Amino acid sequence: MLDRRELLKRAGMAALATGLASHRALALDTVTLPFDNGERPLVRYPQKRPMIGLTERPPQLETPFSIFNDGPITPNNAFFVRYHLADVPYNIDPDKFTLEIKGKVDRPLKLSLKEIKKLKAVELVAVNQCSGNSRGFSNPRVAGGQLANGAMGNARWRGVPLKAVLDMAGVQAGAKQVTFNGMDGPVSDKTPDFVKALELDHARDGEVMLAYGMNGEDLPVLNGFPLRLVVPGYYGTYWVKHLNEITVIDNVFDGFWMKSAYRIPDTPNNSVEPGTAPKATIPINRFTVRSFITNVIDGAKVKAGRTALRGIAFDGGKGIKEVAVSTDGGKTWMPAKLGRDLGKYSFREWKLPVKLDAGAHELKVRATSNGGEVQPMTPFWNPAGYLRNVVETVRVTAA
Amino acid sequence: MRYRIPTTLAIVAGLGFAAAHATPVAFTLPGETAAFRPGANLDVVQNNCTACHSADYIKTQPRGEKFKKDFWAAEVTKMIKVYGAPIEEADVGKIVDYLSANY
Repeated sequence: MLDRRELLKRAGMAALATGLASHRALALDTVTLPFDNGERPLVRYPQKRPMIGLTERPPQLETPFSIFNDGPITPNNAFFVRYHLADVPYNIDPDKFTLEIKGKVDRPLKLSLKEIKKLKAVELVAVNQCSGNSRGFSNPRVAGGQLANGAMGNARWRGVPLKAVLDMAGVQAGAKQVTFNGMDGPVSDKTPDFVKALELDHARDGEVMLAYGMNGEDLPVLNGFPLRLVVPGYYGTYWVKHLNEITVIDNVFDGFWMKSAYRIPDTPNNSVEPGTAPKATIPINRFTVRSFITNVIDGAKVKAGRTALRGIAFDGGKGIKEVAVSTDGGKTWMPAKLGRDLGKYSFREWKLPVKLDAGAHELKVRATSNGGEVQPMTPFWNPAGYLRNVVETVRVTAA
Repeated sequence: MRYRIPTTLAIVAGLGFAAAHATPVAFTLPGETAAFRPGANLDVVQNNCTACHSADYIKTQPRGEKFKKDFWAAEVTKMIKVYGAPIEEADVGKIVDYLSANY
């Protein structure tokens, strides 16, 4: 929590900035995302390459989409950033950092980062994707962070299984859920702190991880240094950053960020008729299956003849079974060749040589998961603009 | 124009994070440049909104006839009821009017 003086100082500074929109000291350039009101500054933050700036305070940064064509691993300095609350811990001493495990446990623990790093480490490649990724494409449009497709990334996470730490603490009989709180918090004590919960069985599945490493380095500060939760296959809202407090509880957590926010319709495909409200909702959970063409952008002019298309696909943790590509707007489909399997939670690269005659083409890509989940040809809709996974279309002209 | 986030936070940026275990990690964020558009009741909006978030939270929202008074009234209500924004009753209408007129 910021004290009052600090709060006023920040507010005053924000007021000072009013009227200076043309004077962007740090905006390198602007980009226009492909939906109305999609102009964004390209901004530079510590430990980051130029990123698409969504908001400044709290910071939200989107990955420029071209980076997904560079390989299946998203570099740390290009990984998206999403905070909810403006009291972000920019000042962290890893030697003083502790993780507390408390609540319905036999032995409450306070572990230092050194102690955590002494435990047997595991590594896992997993996609993190913001629940609101692609919200700007929602039709009808909905309130919230207006993101294109860059609020996702794939990294090799290193850390310890949450299960190991819970076992050390000794979860008591009757425990039901585990809650996670990080060092970031609200500006006002009237604003609900960002706390998330997982079912106990999920928390102890051996895959949910306390991660301190990302692609062979420490976590970037804006991605949760020095420790964050990794919940493979689940939307980023659960991947609590700057994680320093784990509480085992014997009830269902009813904090705002579980009970009221990040909810999806309790309906088939978690969708409702566009523009309507669902009768009942559940907490958002696993990713829907998605795929993208990464080497050709919408509106591109390409050379007629043979072209190699490539891209990525991922899902909520079954793994990708098949990626199909259409060059005729979805009339016919060809199977793409899948790239190296980095694990069922990872981006899976795909590629396919195609022949494009002179003229306009609608390229489409459709992934199927090992669970049989297929991307829909028309988008599902929900009031928060979550779960977007319609088959993507890239229009090109060959000449 | 840039402002510095509190001097206590302004130290190293981008140095040796891989070997940072002995060094506190801290950095200065870029200065805030997002600005509200000029318009009636701008002062009320600044006084009530900027403590918790920057102006770009507003200007990046969808535009058009469906995103006017009802849309902004719902957002302001959410800020008060959900996020506990201490907005005086008398200011609510002014904020909604400003947002509807300028965004």
